[in-house]
Amino acid sequence: MILEMNNIKKSFGSLEVLKDISLSVDKGEVVSIIGPSGSGKSTLLRCATFLETIDSGEVLYLGKAAVTTQDGKAEYVAPAELRKMRSCYGLVFQQFNLFPHYTVLKNIIDAPINVHKRPKAEVIAEAKALLEKMGLGDKADAYPCQLSGGQQQRVAIARALAMKPDILFFDEPTSALDPELTGEVLKVIKQLAEDNMTMVVVTHEMPFARAVSDRVIFMAEGVIVEQGHPEEVFGNPKEERTRQFLQNYQN
Amino acid sequence: MTLMTMIIKMSEGLGKTCAIFFLTLLFSLPLGMIVALLRMSKNRIISNIVRFFISILRGTPLMLQLLAVTYGPYYLFGLSVSRNKLIPVVVAFAINYAAYFAEIYRGGIESIPIGQYEAATVLGYSKFQTFFKIILPQVVKRILPSVTNEVITLVKDTSIAFTVSYQEMFTIGKQIANSQTSFTPFVVAGVFYFIFNAVVDFVMGKFEKRLDYYR
Repeated sequence: MILEMNNIKKSFGSLEVLKDISLSVDKGEVVSIIGPSGSGKSTLLRCATFLETIDSGEVLYLGKAAVTTQDGKAEYVAPAELRKMRSCYGLVFQQFNLFPHYTVLKNIIDAPINVHKRPKAEVIAEAKALLEKMGLGDKADAYPCQLSGGQQQRVAIARALAMKPDILFFDEPTSALDPELTGEVLKVIKQLAEDNMTMVVVTHEMPFARAVSDRVIFMAEGVIVEQGHPEEVFGNPKEERTRQFLQNYQN
Repeated sequence: MTLMTMIIKMSEGLGKTCAIFFLTLLFSLPLGMIVALLRMSKNRIISNIVRFFISILRGTPLMLQLLAVTYGPYYLFGLSVSRNKLIPVVVAFAINYAAYFAEIYRGGIESIPIGQYEAATVLGYSKFQTFFKIILPQVVKRILPSVTNEVITLVKDTSIAFTVSYQEMFTIGKQIANSQTSFTPFVVAGVFYFIFNAVVDFVMGKFEKRLDYYR
């Protein structure tokens, strides 16, 4: 098991966003999370990546606990430990969040060199190979502002991959893109799925989720309503709430 | 007194004007960053104390602060007024400008999207690395126009040193104006400040241009 999240609860003030959610992801598995806005999908990813702290529950990476719950209160491991565990995963944001003052290449190589302390020459060679794979071989020296949204998002994916994560999270990776640019980003994610990258993708792209994932999770109002093989969830949803949601999408 | 002698006499004070200018920047630019970080401290007591001091420094005249720094130690503790007036002048100016720079820095730091911090955090950067590698360079670009404004004001504010009779260019000009009953020294001073600021404008423009490579 790469990721295990057990009985996660999270509230913002009086608003309960995650109500006792559990999610495990196996090595090589591609999981899509779908659901209406405000259902807690993004919050779940943010809790998994420690950008939000959970109220109770546990999160484990590769069997090692990052946060456990005792007497109903979540306890995180020491900050230094937590920082080490961050190398287990990567996160691709909706808004890309590239560093605007760095070139494309530096965006990708800076963290491997300065955080993981890896040899520069090796990291640069890998980064160039990654850019090639993303179809951006000629953009190494460009700045993010010179790229289209789709290109920026592919750089962001390369930046996450350069850290060699065990699992890669995508938080609505195409929602900030023009419709004609989503295809190029989805193609890259599809390619990663074929390479057996472990991934969790929060998305509104239903055909993509259906085609790429091993498992689809439908979330609403802070709970997992239904999950299973994409053909089951999309083709023959068991729950009324799922049917409703999918119907709205087809129209 | 001919115009030429006036210009020569006054330009003898230009070195001291420059001393106030450069020393003030040297101390206030970094001090402002410390003040800004304290002002943004999560500790309410610290941030409120700093906020209070900033409001005093921005809410009272620099001239008054200069008098307080120069003569305050004498009136409060009976210490003799320091003979080298450059020290109190630079102390007063540096503290005053640090308060202004702090607020400019704070505005700049707070304008950086939260996503930049989150991306850096997820990539494993430490807080120190995040600030110095990711945030600060972007802050510098954003605040440069406001900093230029302050620096230009500082050039003109150096004239306030006349209140404690520090022999910089404007103080000398004022003395000549009094002894010669002439307005000409003030015109000369105006031209000096204008040229000084033209140089400042040019240099800061160069800096801004150098950071034009990204948006």
